Amino acid sequence: MKHLLRRLRAELFATRADAALSLVLISLISLGAIGFLRWAFTQAQWAVVKVNSTLFAVGRYPVEQQWRLWLLTALLIAASGATWGLIRAHPRPDRTGVLWPRNDRLAVVLLSLIALALPLALDLSLAIAGRWWGLTVLLVVCRWLAGRFGARLSPAGQRLAALVWPVLYLVGMVLISGGLGLVTVSPSEWGGLMLTLLASSFAILLCFPIGVLLALGRRSDLPLLRWGSVLYIEFIRGAPLITLLFLGQNILGFLLPGGLAPDRIWRAAWVLTFFAAAYLAEAVRSGLAAVPRGQLEAARSLGLSYPKALQHVVLPQALRVALPAIVGQFISLLQDTTLLSLIGLLELLGTARTVMANPAFLGRNGEVYLTLALLFWGCCAALGLGSRALERRLDPHALPSAT
Amino acid sequence: MAPVPPADPSPSPLPAPKPPWWRDRRVVPWLVQAVVGLLVLLLIAFLLGNLVRNLTAAGLLLSWRWLQQPAGFDISESVLPFNAQLPYWRALAAGLVNTIRAVLVGLVGATLLGTLVGMASFSHNGLLRRLARVYVEVVRNIPLLLQLVFWYFVVFLTLPNGVAAIQLPGVVLAKSGLYIAGLGEGLRWMGPSLVNGVWQAPVRLSVEFGSLLTGLIVYSGAFIAEVVRGGIAAVPKGQWEAASSLGLNWFATLRRIVLPQSLRVIVPGLNTQYISLAKNSSLAVAVGYSDLYSVAETTLNQTGRAVEVILVLLAAYLTLDLLISALMNGLNRLVQIRER
Repeated sequence: MKHLLRRLRAELFATRADAALSLVLISLISLGAIGFLRWAFTQAQWAVVKVNSTLFAVGRYPVEQQWRLWLLTALLIAASGATWGLIRAHPRPDRTGVLWPRNDRLAVVLLSLIALALPLALDLSLAIAGRWWGLTVLLVVCRWLAGRFGARLSPAGQRLAALVWPVLYLVGMVLISGGLGLVTVSPSEWGGLMLTLLASSFAILLCFPIGVLLALGRRSDLPLLRWGSVLYIEFIRGAPLITLLFLGQNILGFLLPGGLAPDRIWRAAWVLTFFAAAYLAEAVRSGLAAVPRGQLEAARSLGLSYPKALQHVVLPQALRVALPAIVGQFISLLQDTTLLSLIGLLELLGTARTVMANPAFLGRNGEVYLTLALLFWGCCAALGLGSRALERRLDPHALPSAT
Repeated sequence: MAPVPPADPSPSPLPAPKPPWWRDRRVVPWLVQAVVGLLVLLLIAFLLGNLVRNLTAAGLLLSWRWLQQPAGFDISESVLPFNAQLPYWRALAAGLVNTIRAVLVGLVGATLLGTLVGMASFSHNGLLRRLARVYVEVVRNIPLLLQLVFWYFVVFLTLPNGVAAIQLPGVVLAKSGLYIAGLGEGLRWMGPSLVNGVWQAPVRLSVEFGSLLTGLIVYSGAFIAEVVRGGIAAVPKGQWEAASSLGLNWFATLRRIVLPQSLRVIVPGLNTQYISLAKNSSLAVAVGYSDLYSVAETTLNQTGRAVEVILVLLAAYLTLDLLISALMNGLNRLVQIRER
């Protein structure tokens, strides 16, 4: 208590001017907080979020086919839990392997609380709330199983386990769009958070190889490759995303032979991919610039071919340096998917606009936009946290620690 | 460095087998470039061929004559005088001027806000420091488009009108617009006044422009604050200590010692942020402000001239970016350390 008081005094009331500033700030913050709480609990009508929660989650996806999305969610959660557990079961050699470090326990408690509170706050039926609780249990169980038995996995087994993710992505595409005996659900019926995540994950996965190639091209000694990459990167970075999306919607149809142009959603996803690749290339380039030239020369003199030297020596170091910038690009890509609403696609923000066009929910903008803001903030902050954890894990100079 | 042929210690009786010509080190670079160049050329030829064929089929082959036809739509708010009888090129020009107006005011506002917040994150006051962090972390993790529609629909469109409008000294915020004091008729200083239930003032900004500006300034301000923070952090700690041992207070230290030195780290970062602000101004279409993109969209819907409209858009934004870059590079040369 005494310690706390002393710290408070040093931080807030060190001098007279500081004290005055602190008092002004404290009163402003409390006024704002009281005003917001009063609005949130007396004036705001949160029914608009509760009633439309399915719409916000999956858009107009046919109700009788929604079990496929539940199945996909379950698969994704199981895979995430297993990955999480495997990472803990295989700590880096310089760290003591603790199966349940404090951060993990905290994360599990936090996730359980969210999973417990959210369905209640949204007034979901018991059947649906139950599914969410089941999924949380699934996450913890997979995490525990993989952590408990994952250490026995051979290196080859680990590589095989990592293959689960690409396979899962393909399975997910089939589950969402249909085919292979499932009823087809056309992209025009996709929407909400599902479309946001689908578009951003598609773009993130595909822009990565393109961006790395462009970055290598920009640093290449071959003039044609270098100038080609520079031209592409600078052209894309000079144009606002909305004009490129506009280009994708209005001109792509002319650029391809009749009938070959993909659906509007896929056009937008491809534009996002090529847009993000240019920015990613710059992030990767900064990483490449941080790797001393001697690394490549040493690798080459050991007899590695140029591609092998890049793959085993240069790129691992460059990508580690560039990691924060790369994740920063992914975060802004996730945010950029909101622009799809401007070309008439019903991702989260587009869904919100259709909801607000409904006379029953007229003027409920504040509630909806605040909810979306919270959702985006949560996703982006989680990505940022994940990136920092990964950075620490990959840091070659990190000291051994128990946590 | 030219490769030095290694001295062969033990001359082998058999010469090393000559590699096939396609693995010759003099040929490989050319081979790679030729293959890549050919592929890219083929792709471009394929796309352009389709474009010409499809455009011919649609009767939309490249032409600029439509620019002279009357636009037929009005622009709600324009610095350049404009009406529906004027041709399309005048509409696009009016949109461009509106864009430049938003970008210019946005740049100044975001720079001020960002600098203040960046400075605040080095304050002695723990509360102010944390507030600056919270602002940056909240704003950067929420999409700009979402913030813009929030400002427009939730803040500016719910402002009261008439007598109930929010009145601050020299500024009145109402649903019908933002009224700011300025030089009125006869070069007299005039504040906003209520005439027959309608606010009047020398300077009136529409709520659309107001929300766009607020959104852009708050969003870019957070990014600029990070740039400024990085720049200040790059100044060695000894500079702070030396200044305070000379008796300078916190503000004077920042203003006279630290900020001038941090400029050479800050200016290149600002360049990036300014360009992205200019590009982000194209989101004005979401709040109903008639910027270049929004005029271009209307033009496309009326004329169907997709390729020409896109070319105009891309050229305009690229020029704007290059202008900003050129200005910032000039500024950068000014603030770099000059050594003899």
